[in-house]
Amino acid sequence: MPGNEAGSAVTEMTYRQALHDTLRAEMLRDESVFLIGEEIGIFEGSYKITAGLLEEFGPRRVRDTPISEEGFVGAAIGAAMLGLRPVVELMTINFSLLAIDQIVNHAAKIHAMFGGQIAVPMVIRTPGGGGQQLGATHSQNIEVYYAHIPGLKVVAPSTPADAKGLLASAIRDSDPVLLVENLALYNTKGQVPEGEHLTEIGRAAVAREGSDVTVVAYSHTVGIALDVATRLQAEGISVEVVDLRSLRPLDRSTVCASVRKTTRAVVIEDDWLSYGVGAEVVATIQEGAFYSLDAPVRRVAAAEVPLPYSKSLESAALPDARDLVKVIRETLDATGFAASGDRCA
Amino acid sequence: MPINAGTKTSRSSSNRAKPRSAPVRPDAGASEMQRMTVESPETLLGYYSQMVLIRSFEQRAAEMYTRAKIGGYCHLNLGEEATVVGLMAALEPRDYLFTTYREHGYALCRGIDSGRVMAELFGKSTGVSGGWGGSMHLFDTEARLLGGYGIVGGQIPPATGAALAIAYRSEPGPDAEAVMCLMGDGTTNIGAFHESLNLASIWHLPIVYVVINNGLGMGTTVQAASGEPELYKRGCSYRIPGVRVDGDDVVAVRDAAREALESARVDRQPRLLEAVSARLRGHSVVDPARYRSAQDVERAQELDPVANLRSKLLGEGVMDPTMAADVEAEAEAEVARAVAFAEGSPLPPVSELFAHSYATPVPNCPGNLPGESPFGSSLASSIAGAGK
Ligand SMILES: Cc1ncc(C[n+]2csc(CCOP(=O)(O)OP(=O)(O)O)c2C)c(N)n1
Ligand SMILES: [Mg+2]
Repeated sequence: MPGNEAGSAVTEMTYRQALHDTLRAEMLRDESVFLIGEEIGIFEGSYKITAGLLEEFGPRRVRDTPISEEGFVGAAIGAAMLGLRPVVELMTINFSLLAIDQIVNHAAKIHAMFGGQIAVPMVIRTPGGGGQQLGATHSQNIEVYYAHIPGLKVVAPSTPADAKGLLASAIRDSDPVLLVENLALYNTKGQVPEGEHLTEIGRAAVAREGSDVTVVAYSHTVGIALDVATRLQAEGISVEVVDLRSLRPLDRSTVCASVRKTTRAVVIEDDWLSYGVGAEVVATIQEGAFYSLDAPVRRVAAAEVPLPYSKSLESAALPDARDLVKVIRETLDATGFAASGDRCA
Repeated sequence: MPINAGTKTSRSSSNRAKPRSAPVRPDAGASEMQRMTVESPETLLGYYSQMVLIRSFEQRAAEMYTRAKIGGYCHLNLGEEATVVGLMAALEPRDYLFTTYREHGYALCRGIDSGRVMAELFGKSTGVSGGWGGSMHLFDTEARLLGGYGIVGGQIPPATGAALAIAYRSEPGPDAEAVMCLMGDGTTNIGAFHESLNLASIWHLPIVYVVINNGLGMGTTVQAASGEPELYKRGCSYRIPGVRVDGDDVVAVRDAAREALESARVDRQPRLLEAVSARLRGHSVVDPARYRSAQDVERAQELDPVANLRSKLLGEGVMDPTMAADVEAEAEAEVARAVAFAEGSPLPPVSELFAHSYATPVPNCPGNLPGESPFGSSLASSIAGAGK
């Protein structure tokens, strides 16, 4: 992978730490990189990603803003047009809706609409995700709104290593990149390559190889898919897990190559089912691997309700490992798959 | 800081007694004549020539629109020529300009070739934005025209951010850069205006927000739409000093804008400047403006800044009738050349449809036309068509 010159040295750290360390390293590397957002300085960020950075870099590089999402996201666009590399923190993706005009009508359009004369090299970092009992307005996975928009790039790392690699790539990229973090991932740990580590935007990863069924996931649901894959391995079911990592551009060829190998696919997402990322992935598989399929492609997604607060209802509404196992079994059963491996399709 | 403190252009005390009346110009009276006599004849003639060029350009643009050479929306600066020229006379080449969809005149005054502006309206590849923007989205890096914007108020946050970048990189001073951000009267009601003025104030940004008050936002009057119709006062919540100037007085506009820009670059004090002018025609070329009263239209025509400056310059002896005719003929000739250039230019080829998808290219983004596979032509054959 280009730019991935790290040796074999790795350190175990949390997803939060990987983001923090990458912001710091990029600010040290490039004077034009600065942070802007609500409560990122004195308060150290709602989720403490920017802890200590105000102290180290001062208020010029770590700029606290009033509660004006449209104003400061738009200001980041203008700063980027003059050649700075702003990294915006939006407290959660839910609040991006206050800035959607600036993101969709401006950040995404300025490069093409003005005939390629100017770039908008900015990053918007923001966590999404439910399951934290934050209620209907604070638990959404609306990255698909942005993944729909040409001109934007949308990435969603699932591991601390990709959090580092994708954030660094996003900061060095000359287009507006939305980096979707996830509340449930901040404390998860993983091995992170030391030194320079860039993950190319637009490439999915095969997170686990398998031969019987492909599970396509991104962000928080990759962990669910990997757990399920381990569990089903004991039953003789071999699950391949594809981590999309990038929602726009979407790595259609990695998805289809996997499905052509396994002949079955299930998509799992925290988003709602209708018009979601899963819908795009299923359409992609249908167009790119139709003749390889042994079963209809299935989706595991959130129940289509505003997410309730109460734990019993919230848990029921969000997809989990049990839902995925059930759908994988149905997908295999549909073609008379036997765990021994002999296929009667 | 109190609004209007110590500013010579604001003479709006009489307005305060009638808070909901139509926008009233500060009465220049005799002082305008005095000022005009101290301006050099060349300067005044230069301003007049630019105003006449804008007038000719816009009239030809309207004509080309009705002849279907220009598509989409087409908003004209007719009636705002003195404001356009005055503002652009104050803006230095090193400064940045963000404007609206009503912008042809600004592009011309920033020194962009009129042929390239007309070609953009025609959607030609030689246009300032390569045919990607159209009338509402003119852009030129060299002229530091950082865009016309079609979303009302959409330009205000990025303009504020451009001023942030200037403050990030350089020290204040008389040679510093500044940003001018233009908008219409109706635009002062949008959230982005208020959020941005607040940011500019707390961050001490080198920016001048200019409200071009032509009395109307489409068919809605300023009085009907604005809780505070004296728009220059709308900065007071953010302690941004505001000034109202007669937008039909090119020199007054220039001086007010210069003063505001000076304050922005030297003191990092953002400013709000309101130029009161009038729209001579409809909101856009296709708008017959039936909602306007006959008196309103008549009044706008009486205030026509091009006609009025013409008679003033003739009366003052700055220009004689031959010179006036020459100026008009030159403008007509230039616009005719611009139209010919636009007509003769090629349309952008379809092969360039994906040329500006991203500034940093990415894999897995082949670009497919309607009906083509999203896998791109190379992958399409190997994947989509492959039987089992
Ligand atoms: C967000 C948004 N809402 C509505 C419109 C449609 N629209 C275009 S121009 C306009 C009126 C704006 O009036 P004003 O700010 O006074 O500018 P003027 O056209 O008079 O120059 C409206 C409502 C738009 N382009 N963007
Ligand atoms: Mg108006």
